[in-house]
Amino acid sequence: MSTVSLVLRAGIRDLARSRWLLAYAAGFWAVTEALFLFGGTGPQVVLSLLNAMLLVVPLVALVFGTAHVHASREFTELLLAQPLSRRAVFLGLYLGLALPMTGAFLAGIGLPLLLHGAAADAPRLALALLAVAGALLTLAFAAVAMVIAHGVDDRLRAMARAIGVWFALTIAYDGAIIAAVSAFGDWPLERPMLVAMLGNPVDLARVLVLTALDATALLGYTGALFRRLLGTALGPAVALVALTAWAAVPVLLARRRFLRRDF
Amino acid sequence: MMTLDGIRKAYGARTVLDSVSLSLAPGRVVALVGPNGSGKTTLIKLLLGLARPDAGRLLLDGVPCDAEGAYRARIGYAPQAPRYPEHLAVGEVVAMLRALRPGAAVDESLIDDFGLRGEWATPVGTLSGGWRQKVAIACAFLFLPDLLILDEPTAGLDPIASGLLKSHLRAARAAGRTILISSHILVELEELADDVAFLCAGRLRFAGPVDALLRETGTRRLEPAVAALLRGLRIA
Amino acid sequence: MVAVRRVMLGLAVLAAAGELAAQGAPPARTLLVRPGSALPTLAAAVAQATPGSTIRVAAGRYREPTVVVTVPRLTIVGEEGAEFDGEGAHEVLVVRADAVTVRGLTFRNTGVSQMQDRAALRVAEARDCRVESNTFRDALFAIYLQRTTGCVVRDNDIRAAGADETSNGNGIHLWYSPGTRVEGNTIRGQRDGIYFEFSDGSVATANVSEGNRRYGLHFMFSDSCRYERNTFRANGAGVAVMYSKHVVMDGNGFLDATGSGAYGLLLKEITDGALLRNRFVGNSVGLFLEGASRLDIRDNDFRRNGWAVRLMADAEDSRFRGNIFSGNAFDVATNSRALRSDFVGNWWDAYRGYDLDRDGTGDVPFRPVRLFALVAERHPETLLLLRAPVTAVLDAAERVFPVLTPQVADERPLMRAPR
Repeated sequence: MSTVSLVLRAGIRDLARSRWLLAYAAGFWAVTEALFLFGGTGPQVVLSLLNAMLLVVPLVALVFGTAHVHASREFTELLLAQPLSRRAVFLGLYLGLALPMTGAFLAGIGLPLLLHGAAADAPRLALALLAVAGALLTLAFAAVAMVIAHGVDDRLRAMARAIGVWFALTIAYDGAIIAAVSAFGDWPLERPMLVAMLGNPVDLARVLVLTALDATALLGYTGALFRRLLGTALGPAVALVALTAWAAVPVLLARRRFLRRDF
Repeated sequence: MMTLDGIRKAYGARTVLDSVSLSLAPGRVVALVGPNGSGKTTLIKLLLGLARPDAGRLLLDGVPCDAEGAYRARIGYAPQAPRYPEHLAVGEVVAMLRALRPGAAVDESLIDDFGLRGEWATPVGTLSGGWRQKVAIACAFLFLPDLLILDEPTAGLDPIASGLLKSHLRAARAAGRTILISSHILVELEELADDVAFLCAGRLRFAGPVDALLRETGTRRLEPAVAALLRGLRIA
Repeated sequence: MVAVRRVMLGLAVLAAAGELAAQGAPPARTLLVRPGSALPTLAAAVAQATPGSTIRVAAGRYREPTVVVTVPRLTIVGEEGAEFDGEGAHEVLVVRADAVTVRGLTFRNTGVSQMQDRAALRVAEARDCRVESNTFRDALFAIYLQRTTGCVVRDNDIRAAGADETSNGNGIHLWYSPGTRVEGNTIRGQRDGIYFEFSDGSVATANVSEGNRRYGLHFMFSDSCRYERNTFRANGAGVAVMYSKHVVMDGNGFLDATGSGAYGLLLKEITDGALLRNRFVGNSVGLFLEGASRLDIRDNDFRRNGWAVRLMADAEDSRFRGNIFSGNAFDVATNSRALRSDFVGNWWDAYRGYDLDRDGTGDVPFRPVRLFALVAERHPETLLLLRAPVTAVLDAAERVFPVLTPQVADERPLMRAPR
């Protein structure tokens, strides 16, 4: 078996038994379950799930990921003391972190669905996009966590940085957009706005799910480019590609940092 | 066997190792000694390729070590404070290491001698520091390495385990392997060490047989010899 | 009930009077139109018909120039498969006589005209016509009533596949036709499904108008009309009701009108009307009020719309009571700082208040205009931030320091959904 899959398997075995990850999956399960019990699987429930997902997935991926990389520091050194290539060890470690987290997320939202079945009015496409977006966000932010943790050896400072990144991308980024739009309101802002959405994976994930779920308001906007993007499959396709790129870029950054750093 | 040639390493503005040249000969136990922060751990990490030197070369049997790290197949390493994925059992860790190096000859005798079989199914995270160290040391011996690097190996070991380790080290030396031990506990080393490498503030202040060091410092034991070296440095 | 009985009595009296009048005229006949028979065309039968005659049209495809009916009280009944083809060039049937009934015919293919409002079936300057259970396929205009009174248009099935607004006319078109009843028709793919202009006192009941290019229902200058239990779904611009008084809309569904300039229901210059028990679901804008005043808006459901209700500054004195607002991106938006409409006793899914005195209504008012709605009103690009956490932060801040949003509040928000 290859180095990547062996390291990955060790990571999966380890995290599958981790209480933190179990709690994460159970938390999503509980939220989804509760939403189902109160409101079925209608669009409202998927919206609530989307809100929870957008806040929690990046936060957990960043905080848990950063802590995990630090906790694995000695193990990483042990692996690197073996005749193994750093590239392979990196990939194994990254996937060994990101895949169990993705699995926990998918299990948390997916198992209640499998158990109860989706209601007839369930927006299936939106649910599928929600799962995909959450998975891609996990992959992206697990990689961002690795970038942070391999750049800052001090655990507290790394954690602070992780939370800072989370706050910046989930709250501050959009707040800055609103401030900028208010300041430059007389300019044509349709294009800058769309570009701004591409610049933030959390926004991309949100817009991606909304195109399938809650586009009634978005479709009410008069911008031609907007409507072409949101009214057709083009918008979700672009968002999906961009989100995938967003998952890939931090991985490459983390890999670069991992290959170059001294342990 | 392994040679450091003019190694320099700095972290930022802080030079950790400067112009370090050292040869580790086969069939000898080298004690790597020096005060805290003298650069011992950095030196070990450079040997393993965990960190890269700013200047100088690393040679194995006269051949520069490859960047990919295939040369590490000949090194066994036990870190000072080993940690493994908490939820993996001892047996899973060993099995994974063996799977990572398929086809390599193995020696599991230390695993048996340390009694690790009795903890085979125990998650590593629940082991004490001493037990984790036993796992790490046993794993370092696992692939019959030509060069054994042990960082503070006896710090957490009980006397029985410590004695077992020493006898295995003697056997390894007798088999012509090279052994590098970094330690504070000079008494421990005294019985084993053939050579001494003394690091201070990033510079190699002494490298040679223990006898030569004792002669030079006019002492009869390692500990006062090292103390004398340190004093000499302070006076100079 | 009393009113209904009175109408029935009136109808019976009218019918009796008709019978009496008919006795002086030539006897009514029944004529059969059949391809290859002595009466191979409808025109030939109409030429022989006398007032009160019945013409039965046998199955077959009839291609003949526009038939004009001038004989009163004529009944034209199609058997299964009786089809009239406008050959892409002309109108099929024009009724210019009172109390004519057209039932069970199929009309096809009038073709497109830029010069005239070409209709498959036109009723002009006539009273009391009945147009029932006919089928219309690819007509520019299907049923066109001009200057009629008291006609009934019932259970017709109208479908067109016109590509755009210009090559496509209205399904049921009323122009100066007061007192018309439009019931149980299905209209798909026309320009406007149902169009009323200058047709006071008309009633539209249980029609389905969907997938039309422009409006499902478009009416103007028609006072005292009633709309009940109709379904308007996925029409290009939704439904527009303009320049009318005393309009009552009860139990209708306004569904899936999406796009900029699409409204579940657009009310413009409407006064003294009532909107009762309607469902507004899945529209970009559910209800749009512009210059609408003194409306009683009660017991409606607003669900999953972009904006449930948009009120322009000139909308005043309307009252929202007992409505359900659920799953809308924005419950209420307005371009005005001081809104002059009331919201009392509605159910809002966004309401987070409490009811300590247990009277069924919340003890703290609900402010349905979100700060983010104001931001989006001024800078529509920010709509892309819909459902972003920061918008919740904005709204929370506004709830604590309400300075920017208009002082619209439901002082007695319901704690439980009323339905």
